[in-house]
Amino acid sequence: MRKQPVKARELDSASRINGFEEVVLGYSEEEALAEAGRCLQCKNPACIKGCPVGIDIKKFIYYITQKDYASAYLAIREKNNFPSICGRVCPAEYQCRKACVLNRQDSPFASEEAINIHFLERFAGDYGINGSPGAPALQKSALARFKVAVVGSGPAGLCCAGELARQGVRVTIFESLHEPGGVLRYGIPPFRLPRDILDFEVNSLKDLGVEIRLNTIIGRTKSLDELFREGYASVFLGLGAGVPGMLGIGGENLCNVYSANEFLTRVNLMHAYRFPQFHTPVNIGKKVVVIGGGNTAMDAARASLRLQKMSGLEPDTTVLYRRSEIEMPARRLEIEHARQEGIAFEFLVQPQEFSGDEKGFVKKLTCLRCNLGSPDASGRRRPVAIQGSEFSISCDLAIVAVGLKANRLLTQSEQGLSVNQDGDITVDQQTMETSREHIFAGGDIVGGEGTVIEAMGMAKKAAAAVIEKLKKA
Amino acid sequence: MKILKKKILTQTPDTRIVRMEIMAPEIALKAQAGQFVVVMVAREGERIPLTVVDTRPSEGSITLVFQEAGLTTRLLGQMEEGQSLYALAGPLGHPTEVRRYGRVAVIGGGVGIAEAYPVSKALVSQQNEVICILGARTSGLLILEQEMRACCSFLYTATDDGSRGTKGFVTDVLSGILEKQSLNLVYAVGPIPMMRKTASLTLSKGIKTIVSLNALMVDATGMCGCCRVSIAGKTKFSCVDGPEFDAHQVDWEELGARSGIYKEREEHACRLHLKRLDS
Repeated sequence: MRKQPVKARELDSASRINGFEEVVLGYSEEEALAEAGRCLQCKNPACIKGCPVGIDIKKFIYYITQKDYASAYLAIREKNNFPSICGRVCPAEYQCRKACVLNRQDSPFASEEAINIHFLERFAGDYGINGSPGAPALQKSALARFKVAVVGSGPAGLCCAGELARQGVRVTIFESLHEPGGVLRYGIPPFRLPRDILDFEVNSLKDLGVEIRLNTIIGRTKSLDELFREGYASVFLGLGAGVPGMLGIGGENLCNVYSANEFLTRVNLMHAYRFPQFHTPVNIGKKVVVIGGGNTAMDAARASLRLQKMSGLEPDTTVLYRRSEIEMPARRLEIEHARQEGIAFEFLVQPQEFSGDEKGFVKKLTCLRCNLGSPDASGRRRPVAIQGSEFSISCDLAIVAVGLKANRLLTQSEQGLSVNQDGDITVDQQTMETSREHIFAGGDIVGGEGTVIEAMGMAKKAAAAVIEKLKKA
Repeated sequence: MKILKKKILTQTPDTRIVRMEIMAPEIALKAQAGQFVVVMVAREGERIPLTVVDTRPSEGSITLVFQEAGLTTRLLGQMEEGQSLYALAGPLGHPTEVRRYGRVAVIGGGVGIAEAYPVSKALVSQQNEVICILGARTSGLLILEQEMRACCSFLYTATDDGSRGTKGFVTDVLSGILEKQSLNLVYAVGPIPMMRKTASLTLSKGIKTIVSLNALMVDATGMCGCCRVSIAGKTKFSCVDGPEFDAHQVDWEELGARSGIYKEREEHACRLHLKRLDS
């Protein structure tokens, strides 16, 4: 008989919505062994091709079956600097798990039979964090005479800094906010990524000798030319896709209409869920609508529901999405968790206009119902509004989570950095070098909104090219 | 981020206006008239924008002026020389477009006088004839009169209660000026109702008018959209697109409403803070 997939343990949904504790508890050793034991160790492992950075999944799972967790950790670390983070946030069901031969479903994402690669990665990653194998050691090298500046401390910046520092390069990270981590800090809530995991990864970079300068806005506080004048040989730009896209409909600037970025930044970075102990406020709606179908929408909705619960309100948060559930780009686990926690979903609706009360606060959202038409450029079926299907939803707080765009703060302040029509920085795909020599870029500022692991893949490629160039210098 | 000098510019029974000189060598080299910084007083603190009032690049310091109103400005006001801010980042926002306009009226209302100061100074340096109009609720809140006088051709004051200068609003003074002479530009910074009144007066006279908006912000680098304002019907972010805009294109109603989004929470936090101080 085929062995059943092992589910990761979770906090129960009724209690977890009282706070921001991590929901998924992960595998115990027995559970990890049982799940790893299901892996067929295929001759031609498709899963590896499904991974954006090509982690040797077969090998690390094999090490787990042999209880050699240190080797499992190091096997992942060959390709992925932050297994504990990716094990928690990677959309594995669209990537490695979808490619797994045990996947029984012809759908955009993997079925539950596919090996739970992400939970095993997390298990190995957390084993690494808990100290035993440690990060791969710093190499003594001739590269120590070079300084490289990394701009931004999100997934791309952290990864690039780590790659360079391990080769002996002296690295300084410049971060505009008062805390490092980028989207991992301001965007992803602690119930998905506990802050001690993030702090561990940041601190291990510091142990490698990486200096982190907070509150420094490159392009404003300091220009790129000044960095070169200060002796940095290269610069890596991991600026992220920081600007919230809005719907562009009427009433969007009414009070209590938030971008998901603002809502989540207040909650995650500024700790508004602990107001007034922390001083940044966030408003809590009695009836909240969240517009969008990605991970950011799920994060915002689940944060909103927790705030409602924590302030003694009846949880009432509804996600509105213009396609149907199967087209939602969010991780399936987040959708499942959101539903368990009591988030309501309305599919096939297209927002038309917000309207407000006499004080300028939002009070309802008018929408149209949709049908799905033919597939668009993304391969997903396009929502088509049904004329005359207008209806309205009452709400006293709305969160718009419909994608992110490039932040142009740096590219507009600097000369000679070529960008495309979306404001993304254009690079040489082989080296990630920008139109300005010695300046490299990676992550969302290059690829548009993507995943942590994709950002990491670009950062690694850039780091390799930076080192190549330094060696010739 | 160390506080080098602190001076209470004025004090009334309900509020104070404080000037601080803060160590920030990199910002001091870069900041221009019209730009601002983000300040945090403590790890638990908010991020608030404050206009850079002056810079001393040789000493590596910048000057900030703020009125104790909400929790963060009150906490900032309690900090003393030698202490350090928790976070300070900038300069942010576009600098004021400083060129030769001709005759310009620079209007500062309340603590906005401090924000008008670097603009007035910059405009004078470009050979503009600058007329300053300073307004406040009462004479006790009228700040930097001497400093302002040193960087303009004429200075007028107005107070709501008539305790200094014209009894009335800065717009009353402005309309008096407009009866006698023409202006090429009006620059106004201060409370929303004051800027709005100025805008409607100059619109009827067809005078180009720039206002510096003080929208709520979080990151202030264009990331969150908290500071959204409607300018000629289009959404702009005050932090990266502003903070200065054409006064005649601002949706004042919306700005006024959005500025009060957290009024209740803010008052609650202040009450708790004052209670802690009492006990």
